[in-house]
Amino acid sequence: MDLSVAIGSLRIPNPLIAASGCFGYGVEYADSVDLSSLGGVAVKGLFLAPREGHVPPRIVETPSGMLNAIGLQGIGVHRFIDEKLPELRERKATVFVNICGTTIDEYVELARILSDADGVHAIELNISCPNIKEGGITFGCSLPGTHNVVSAVRRATRLPVIPKLTPNVTDVASFARAAEEAGADAISLVNTFLAMAIDVETRRPKLTNIVGGLSGPAIRPIAVRMVYECRQAVKLPIIGMGGIATAEDVLEFMIAGATAVQVGTASFVDPFIWTKLLDGIRAYMRRHRIETLSDLTGTLDTTARHKAWISS
Amino acid sequence: MPVDVDAAVISNTRLSDDYSVLALAAPAIATHALPGQFVMLKTSRGRDPLLRRPFSIFQILRHDDGSPRGVTVFNKRIGKGTSLLYDVEAGARLECLGPLGRPFDPVDPPVLAWMVAGGVGLAPFVTLAEALIARGTAVTLFYGARRAADLHCAPIFERLGVSIAVSTEDGSRGTPGLITAPLSTALSAIPASQPLRLYVCGPTPMMRAVAGVAASHGRPCDVSLEQVMGCGLGGCYSCVVPARDAGGVPHHTRSCIDGPVFDATRIVWEALVH
Repeated sequence: MDLSVAIGSLRIPNPLIAASGCFGYGVEYADSVDLSSLGGVAVKGLFLAPREGHVPPRIVETPSGMLNAIGLQGIGVHRFIDEKLPELRERKATVFVNICGTTIDEYVELARILSDADGVHAIELNISCPNIKEGGITFGCSLPGTHNVVSAVRRATRLPVIPKLTPNVTDVASFARAAEEAGADAISLVNTFLAMAIDVETRRPKLTNIVGGLSGPAIRPIAVRMVYECRQAVKLPIIGMGGIATAEDVLEFMIAGATAVQVGTASFVDPFIWTKLLDGIRAYMRRHRIETLSDLTGTLDTTARHKAWISS
Repeated sequence: MPVDVDAAVISNTRLSDDYSVLALAAPAIATHALPGQFVMLKTSRGRDPLLRRPFSIFQILRHDDGSPRGVTVFNKRIGKGTSLLYDVEAGARLECLGPLGRPFDPVDPPVLAWMVAGGVGLAPFVTLAEALIARGTAVTLFYGARRAADLHCAPIFERLGVSIAVSTEDGSRGTPGLITAPLSTALSAIPASQPLRLYVCGPTPMMRAVAGVAASHGRPCDVSLEQVMGCGLGGCYSCVVPARDAGGVPHHTRSCIDGPVFDATRIVWEALVH
């Protein structure tokens, strides 16, 4: 059985990627999880400079989900390369570096710096974090902004460029098209849904940042629909995510059109989820006599729907 | 390296309407647990609550032959997850991940060990007391609570040979008021030449006050901080506390992997949210 999939020129051993912001810099898990057994590790979003992020509380649970407003705390790209990347390289991880900037020049500089670093396999452009005002969300919510930042980074690196799209727009497929026209190698979606929760006893927001991003199984059906819409709109490989917690969820995203997936919130609950997901995928492939997993992508069958039996 | 055990509940002993001691069969965790470490417990089989909850390892359970059998946690019913745990019955199964976090560093004689616990903050001190007693270190527990009915498990410490000083805010047992009062009195009575280390766990204002008392007496002090955690493994950056680095510069520092035990002088108390 072949579980490998291709994200542009990058072939990864299976479609399971640890989602950015949910897996630290990967090294935190190096003793518990065989990083080389994952399709990839998308490391926590990096700016050029270190950032302290938001004041806690930074997370709150909601039914089948959670809100977060971490605020992109991070060590900056230089310390990442010096302190984290060598171990990721040693552990043979496929590294997707998630980058964030406030200007196009910052994204370009980050991409250049990472292109020169040994052990980076792809660049995920964070133009979708809902929790910081000054960051890439302003690019991610504007079609020309998305086009401009993707094309500028495209020119600055030979690494695969993967803009991560926000679901907090009216028509996500149009952003997928903008990314494709600008030369992206793939797109990843969805980032979290802007949301909030209130303590009614105190009438205070449950997060210091007032609003945060909703993730977890609660968002999965919306994310699947958005992946499906993007699949209709573009030819690019799609990395789907949003509430994946079981092998069945992975397969659902792939059938909707994803080539690979990212898993985030569910790995908080179960850090050893990866082997369970892979076992479930293999069992499905045996049951359906699928030899090559990538054949499953975009195979949604809409022909068998019941036909309308009343003419309107 | 942490392990995830689908642990059978051996027993759930209700101590009051709020407190219970939950015993879990988890030999793989018990084997490696160090004093002050914690486990992440899934409080339901379903997705509400979605995330696990951090709990200090309260006791290491052993079979008659001494081999590790499991761990207990000291649970106080506060929210949804802790209420579910309070209601759990023997025979149920709970996913239990651990051991996690930076443990306490037990001192050796002639250094005295003074443990200061507030309410449910008693949780990390049984394992610490056992480790200290095993080294021959003299151990004292200062144990404060709101009322006498909230003081639990003192006999466990008495059996270990720990000296105990108690305070209650309503004066229903021990010294009336906060635990810092008897602690300050006792610290003043110890000559400066007698080395001593404080270990503290409790509500944030209490830990801050004790850290202040320790500093004013020039005594080293370790605190075990309790924060909301998403993963317990350093992945999510939810549980950060403001802590100074080696150069004295404060940063948001993950309490799951850099803590939960910190040198109290590292913490920027005025910035610590509780």
